[in-house]
Amino acid sequence: MIVFQTFLVLVMIVAALAAARFGDLLNAVIACALVSLMASIIFYFLQAPDVAMAEASIGAGLTTAIFIFAINRTARHEEHEKAD
Amino acid sequence: MRRLISLVVLLVVGLGIALSLSAAPFGARGADQTGRLAQDEVNFGGCYTGRGLEENAAANIVASVVVNYRGFDTLGEVTVLFIAAVGLAAVLHTRKEEATPSGAEPASLIVFTGCRFLFPLILLLGAYIFIHGHLTPGGGFQGGAVVASGFLLIYLGCRGRGLRSAGLTAAESLSGLAFVVLALIGLAVGGSFLLNFLPKGSAFALFSAGVIPLIYVLIGFKVGSELGGIIDNLAREAR
Repeated sequence: MIVFQTFLVLVMIVAALAAARFGDLLNAVIACALVSLMASIIFYFLQAPDVAMAEASIGAGLTTAIFIFAINRTARHEEHEKAD
Repeated sequence: MRRLISLVVLLVVGLGIALSLSAAPFGARGADQTGRLAQDEVNFGGCYTGRGLEENAAANIVASVVVNYRGFDTLGEVTVLFIAAVGLAAVLHTRKEEATPSGAEPASLIVFTGCRFLFPLILLLGAYIFIHGHLTPGGGFQGGAVVASGFLLIYLGCRGRGLRSAGLTAAESLSGLAFVVLALIGLAVGGSFLLNFLPKGSAFALFSAGVIPLIYVLIGFKVGSELGGIIDNLAREAR
């Protein structure tokens, strides 16, 4: 069980770093959703099923959709700042 | 230089938070089995878990904390969500609505049929979660979020079909109003806001716990219609 939870946390960390790194915002949003999904599974194992439900439906579902709607209206790729 | 300063500020703030939290007694000295506490002890957690079941007859202690003991905070949270939804609608509707026919191509038959099959099931699950909020884990917020994700599915699968925003607004305002009215009835009857004034019944039954299931159903409606309204606004803009 400890091994599985460690795996989940590692996936979360990697996904969070990837979300910060990706230039394509759509990929970054999917990585954020992955972080929320892993967090929700961890909440379930920590005996907080109600928090897990909220995290899965809001964090992984609705927030992702709202971000995708926003990306749809704006730009998909991050503009790189000019180094000064 | 800026990095150094921000690092130092971050360290100071983090240390301050850690030190001030380490002084707080997070249930350090436990309550006894009955939950009655010595006068100078700060341990609300033990108090709630010890007395919540007999006071409110709600099998889910979290529900009795969220709706009854800390019901005022829940009212605040619902208000925050309401203000966020109103702000989003205000920002999005400053633009003139151009009467362009929707350019999006219709979803494929499989997606369409799947959405029509899944949508009622998702609504049922959401309603189950908030109606049974005082018995099983979950409650108004979770159920409302599940209902709103069902609405999202409709937007993804059945393009061109939308929610009627008049109905959404009505559900949202009526449920918020009923929440406040129920709380005020408690104030009028027993002298405290959000008092659990209805008969409690026996714990673990569906009709138990007084006003808690009523308020949870109202919160479920409110959260579902607010999140659904946010999705509705965004999807209409994105079309």
